[in-house]
Amino acid sequence: MARVQHKYLLPSGEKVPEGRMKGWRHTSHLTNQAELTCGDRMSGLNLNHVTKQFGNFTAVNDVSLSVPDGTFVCLLGPSGCGKTTLMRMIAGLDLPTGGSIELGGSDITAVPTHKRDLGMVFQSLALFPHLTVGENIAYSLRIRGTPKDAQKKRVDELLAMIHLPGFADRSVAKLSGGQRQRVAIARALAISPKLFLLDEPLSALDAKLREAMQVELRQLQQRLGITTIVVTHDQREAMTMADTVVVMNGGEIRQAAAPVDIYRRPADSFVADFIGQTNLLPVAADSAGRASVLGEVVEGISLPAGAAKGMLSVRPEDVQLTAPGHGAIAGTVTFIRDLGGAIETFVEAGGTQVIAVSSPRNRPDVSVGQSVGIRLDPATSVVLAR
Amino acid sequence: MRREPPQRLADYGPLFFPAGMLIVFFVVPFATMIAVSVFQREQGGFYTPAFVFDNYARFLSLFFGKVLGFSLFLAIAVAAACVVIGIPFTYLLSRSPRKIQIVWLVALLSILSLSEVMIGFAWSTLFSRTAGITNLFVWLGLMTQAQALTPSFGAVMTAMTYQAFPYTVLVLYPALVRLDPTLTEAARTLGASPVKAFFTVVVPALRNTILATLIMVFIFALGSYLLPQLLGRPQHWTLSVLITDQAIYQSNMPFAAAMAVFLVLVSLALVGLALYAGQQRQAK
Repeated sequence: MARVQHKYLLPSGEKVPEGRMKGWRHTSHLTNQAELTCGDRMSGLNLNHVTKQFGNFTAVNDVSLSVPDGTFVCLLGPSGCGKTTLMRMIAGLDLPTGGSIELGGSDITAVPTHKRDLGMVFQSLALFPHLTVGENIAYSLRIRGTPKDAQKKRVDELLAMIHLPGFADRSVAKLSGGQRQRVAIARALAISPKLFLLDEPLSALDAKLREAMQVELRQLQQRLGITTIVVTHDQREAMTMADTVVVMNGGEIRQAAAPVDIYRRPADSFVADFIGQTNLLPVAADSAGRASVLGEVVEGISLPAGAAKGMLSVRPEDVQLTAPGHGAIAGTVTFIRDLGGAIETFVEAGGTQVIAVSSPRNRPDVSVGQSVGIRLDPATSVVLAR
Repeated sequence: MRREPPQRLADYGPLFFPAGMLIVFFVVPFATMIAVSVFQREQGGFYTPAFVFDNYARFLSLFFGKVLGFSLFLAIAVAAACVVIGIPFTYLLSRSPRKIQIVWLVALLSILSLSEVMIGFAWSTLFSRTAGITNLFVWLGLMTQAQALTPSFGAVMTAMTYQAFPYTVLVLYPALVRLDPTLTEAARTLGASPVKAFFTVVVPALRNTILATLIMVFIFALGSYLLPQLLGRPQHWTLSVLITDQAIYQSNMPFAAAMAVFLVLVSLALVGLALYAGQQRQAK
């Protein structure tokens, strides 16, 4: 699979606590410092211990990240997690209070925005209201003194690319939301920038259009091979588009990996909970050292050496409902939600709510109030530090 | 709130009061002035009702033409100076912390409480030889000897710009506050330096507001008659000064009225021309 680029991406290295790394069973090379230096470090974008403080508040705390050329990275996190501040620092609109930023091998930390040769799409799109569609797209070329006919040629090229041929003379005020979106993208790409930044680019669009634009944006990025960073709070968007998803919280990177790895191997309970739906179950070591979940020993799951307690993340689709007894975790069905495409069964077990999702083909033969057994597959369960 | 247009006469009720005030205090005096402008002046007396164009004919001379030309030039220069200083000032003000904005706005509003007379005398003191700012320059070693800066064209310009500046800021301020700050950021990411972004994005995006401000200050400055007298030489006197002179000191009401009507017509024509030019560029 072509998704191996995540190899080069590192969360803020040594700052990750020991226990948190437990979830990275198949991505242990991510802790390997040697990989960091032998990777494609010269080209692409490198953030080295970037920090941003606003007075006493630390918006971004010691973030290190390496983005190889041609990668699509999504900065994902709840609002206020520092993802937009991080992007603004990459763009040069905010200056870091610590650390450095490298692009294509040279330090750009102190280079003003207008000399960075990047393309950025703002959440508000920020199309210039006094210019036509064509003039908006040609703005960066006009600023650089490109000849008129070359400008026109490039505008036509870009309009064809965004499927709006012949729109050059229209007023931007008369475009629909999706069209404005495309024009903003074309304007940012006019100079073929080294780096393409998008800050919540699709948040103003309705759900259907947003999904379509996600696919379109991904295809466009793959066709152009341009290094792209998107800020989003929508995990579906991140999963659809990114080579690498960087999950942020509290100004720090919690995990940076391929979407599937983020989903299957979350680094900590925050990531597990933020990406998709998950059951976070307390797990403890019994006297014999075996892992016990909700009072039952589950074979095949082990706690990290020395740890007595942890959290087990199990995706609802990996929870199996069976007959009670025979070593299964005992529980009682409290609610069943039939969504048509999926059936969610809520089971109360040992004071914790466990959600099991099954497809209509494998509809569980249970009813509310019934006693059931829960079986967890060690292969799809991830032990996380508490 | 009701949205449909008024149906019955009573629905127009709320309009009666402002309409009445406009008629009594604006339409009637203006009509009187137009009427007086064609009346016959009586030497040593006042005027008698008539229908003659003598007053307008007398006005069509090189002397009055020059005064009219200077008045228009001065008003345009003041408007331009206000806008040129006002846009960057208001732009920076709108981007500064709220506390600083309030201090500046209160200070600017307090200028509005000063009468033209006070502004005029204050500036004539500041520009005087004995107590003026040149003494400060001498003390700083920038000049060897204190000198009077008034009466001069510069003094008239300065005082009139000072007087009109608060209005300029107050008209520009809401538009600049509403201007999306990401527009300039977008321009910067596209390769424009902050100064270039200001001239290629902020100024063009505010074109209509700037035009409105120019017209407002122009009309405001056209009516000024005290400051040119206090701070200027006779060649810096505006048509408004001559109108005042004719009306009050020469008791020549018909001639003053004719000049006033002419001034109104000329300024209306200029405003119309500016608006027309603005629309033409917008349609382009």
